[in-house]
Amino acid sequence: MEFFKINRNIPFMSYGRYTTTISLVTFILAVFFIATKGLNFGVDFTGGTVMEVHYSQTADLNKVRGQLTDMGLHDVLVQNFGSSHDVLLQVSLKQNVVGAKLSEQILDKLRQQDASVEMRRVEFVGPQVGKDLVENGALALLLVSIGIACYLWVRFEWKFGLAAIIANLHDVIIIIGFFAFFQWDFSLTVLAALLAVLGYSVNESVVVFDRIRENFRKMRKTEVAEIIDNAITRTMSRTIITHLCTQMMVTAMLFLGGETLHYFALALTIGILFSIYSSVLVASPLLMLMGVSREDFIKTEKVAEEVLP
Amino acid sequence: MNRYPLWKYLLVLVVFILGLVYTLPNFYGESPAVQVLPLRANLKADNALLQRVDDALKAANLNAEGAALDPTSVKVRFNSADSQLKAKDILQAKLGDDYMVALNLQSRSPQWLTAMNARPMYLGLDLRGGVHFLLQIDMKGALDKAMEAASGDMRSILRDQNIAYSGVSRDGRVVTVKFRDAETRSKGAVELKQRFGGLAFNDKNEGNEILLLATLKPEEEKRIQESAVQQNLVTLRNRVNELGVAEPIIQQQGVDRIVVQLPGVLDTAHAKDILGRTATLEVRLVDDEHKFTEGSAAPFGTEMFKDRDGTMLLVKKSVLLTGERINDAQPGFDSRSNEPAVHINLDSAGTRKFKEATRENVGKRMAIVLFEKGKGEVVTAPVIREEIGGGRVQISGQMNTKEANDISLLLRAGALAAPMEIIEERTVGPSLGADNIVRGFRSTQIGFVAIAIFMIAYYLMFGVVSVLALGANLLLLVALLSMLQATLTLPGMAGIALTLGMAIDANVLINERIREELRNGNTPQASIHAGYEHAFRTILDSNITTLIAGIALFMFGSGAVRGFAVVLCLGILTSMFSAVLISRALVNLIYGRKLRLTNISIG
Repeated sequence: MEFFKINRNIPFMSYGRYTTTISLVTFILAVFFIATKGLNFGVDFTGGTVMEVHYSQTADLNKVRGQLTDMGLHDVLVQNFGSSHDVLLQVSLKQNVVGAKLSEQILDKLRQQDASVEMRRVEFVGPQVGKDLVENGALALLLVSIGIACYLWVRFEWKFGLAAIIANLHDVIIIIGFFAFFQWDFSLTVLAALLAVLGYSVNESVVVFDRIRENFRKMRKTEVAEIIDNAITRTMSRTIITHLCTQMMVTAMLFLGGETLHYFALALTIGILFSIYSSVLVASPLLMLMGVSREDFIKTEKVAEEVLP
Repeated sequence: MNRYPLWKYLLVLVVFILGLVYTLPNFYGESPAVQVLPLRANLKADNALLQRVDDALKAANLNAEGAALDPTSVKVRFNSADSQLKAKDILQAKLGDDYMVALNLQSRSPQWLTAMNARPMYLGLDLRGGVHFLLQIDMKGALDKAMEAASGDMRSILRDQNIAYSGVSRDGRVVTVKFRDAETRSKGAVELKQRFGGLAFNDKNEGNEILLLATLKPEEEKRIQESAVQQNLVTLRNRVNELGVAEPIIQQQGVDRIVVQLPGVLDTAHAKDILGRTATLEVRLVDDEHKFTEGSAAPFGTEMFKDRDGTMLLVKKSVLLTGERINDAQPGFDSRSNEPAVHINLDSAGTRKFKEATRENVGKRMAIVLFEKGKGEVVTAPVIREEIGGGRVQISGQMNTKEANDISLLLRAGALAAPMEIIEERTVGPSLGADNIVRGFRSTQIGFVAIAIFMIAYYLMFGVVSVLALGANLLLLVALLSMLQATLTLPGMAGIALTLGMAIDANVLINERIREELRNGNTPQASIHAGYEHAFRTILDSNITTLIAGIALFMFGSGAVRGFAVVLCLGILTSMFSAVLISRALVNLIYGRKLRLTNISIG
């Protein structure tokens, strides 16, 4: 079986203007939504209390709300979670009754009405913690970007490092844009997924870049644009197959992994889709734009030969 | 060209067998168990204890699956949670307060596996159920308290030395002493500098006021903070022991935070009560006049307490001094005999009281009693040699350095524990934990099967090789996680699934490259060779970039995210090994020997 039997090079670089425009538009849209709608930060970042309780019968959400109002908690998010027997309660830090003991008080209150209430999960995060997490997350993102750019610089050339990192940050911003637009719960695990995407989608660019470098050495008399086109066309089959396989795993997590892994898998799905696009249609045009040429490699090759024994 | 030397095949085989052995314990599952830990220093977990536990269980007609002795405890396995709970009650009643009896889960894997240190993966709280607390120590409070104590001491020192001053006040962490003229100020400064090594003193003139400002030196501030964390760690350890939790984790995180993880604990209200309890310290006199036997009623006006070795002491009820009067307790050495000692610093009111009390009771013993939850324990009971003025007390003799350390920590824990606040709690019920395991396992399973079907359909024989390599990857990753006993969390399980999904990339790269070489008209053997050679560099590059992301996640992530990062990093290492070495070895075995290879099955 073979899906991609392409003999001629697909002229990706001649579409450069259109694809760059598309990227720019999606990017600006993502930034726009992040700026206007903001992210729906989970309790990890904002602080507050989240409880998941399980009832033996179908839970009556209005009754639960009433009980909480009795306790003086007015602004509590009460919703079903997974099944009609499971209820998720979210109390933000703005309420007056903040503190580590809140969850027990709520559970006691719920038990008064229905003794069968089972506590499944409690998360309480104080305001001090959330701030640290945001800082650490941003720092990690920055460090990963710099680390990857430096590695590609050493391994290839500074132009490659810069192009790859711009392309991949563009992916990350677009994922965050999706989370802002749909107001999905942005939790610590989603942040982990973002960083994983950053590491993963760089793979894409690396594979294409590797081929570009190889082509520069082999195809001595060819135009730069054609060299890049050839590299992309030759690696396209691998790109699609690999992503298909990774996506199979991620899809399994998306549907079977439960609530915690759902948004994690969602972030990965968007990341995988856009990383195919960006490595081919963003990173490579950027490389052209920065004026990559054969001389970039002839030079590095000489150095490499001297180092080799 | 596609042959490996024998040692390479052997290497692959050895790694594979090791992986198999260390993955094995995960298949046996765990039984409910009871763990018995001696709490006192002079009690040991030995065969005698094992025998006692055994006898107690036999007397109660409880059938244990097996009992084992390890360096610190005795562990007994049961076949049901019901007999586990019964056994806990029986053992606790039989062994008394000197032992901690905790519920636990014990691997059912056979002895020979345990002997080679092969254990099942260590599950995080979100998979096994339990509670995680993050506590923050009020450092500002601790530092303010230190300065408040210092300002009180300054007053009494200046008074004792007859140095005239018109006021001592504290504003935040600055103590201001007002003097009438510059001459008394310099005299006072000399005196105070000598007494307070940890403070920096500066002259200041404001209008016609002549002031001396005292602030904490940075190194003193650091010392106070460190000791606040240390004393809180000690207190928490003692309290968690009381909760009867197996394998608790209590460790410092950052400058001023402590993580407490209690697997299996669900009564969070009770846990919070115990963790948040305040301890108090009292200094009293030991009653050596009355004779008493253990178990008999204490004479009027006295109480019985155990000391840390478990011996009973008769202590008078009247209190000489309470813990609030103690400013600091540090381990050190006696200046004359050079023996290990504990140095205690009292505040000014404490100094006066202690002077009186010691004058009247020379030659008698005093007991320092630590109260927690209304239960007292004698930390130490030294003899009063002479009247002690000046607020500096030294306890020495009959102790080694470790004991001096322990005693000073306990004194500080009772006297001046800096307040702590719970700033994060994550509780996961056992049913959710079990659900999480099933979910994580099922999604990995289905994802793996889907990939396997696709790869075999698309690449035929080379697909089979890729799937085998991927299976080996999973095996090695699980083995590595079990070996390192890294905590596996739900995001960690997601990490396993993700690394498998990503690891297939290497095989796809190789297979695509071989196809391309074949299309270019190369012979099958040459194509296989070139495919692996060319793909390797790309695989290396792309894995290193993912590794960079994994390491950053590990450095900055906390809790569950860190679990993900660990799996990601380890997964990259195992996938490099399996995709390159194992799959190549398989291909070499299948095709390498055929000299005239005309056709390979790659779809």
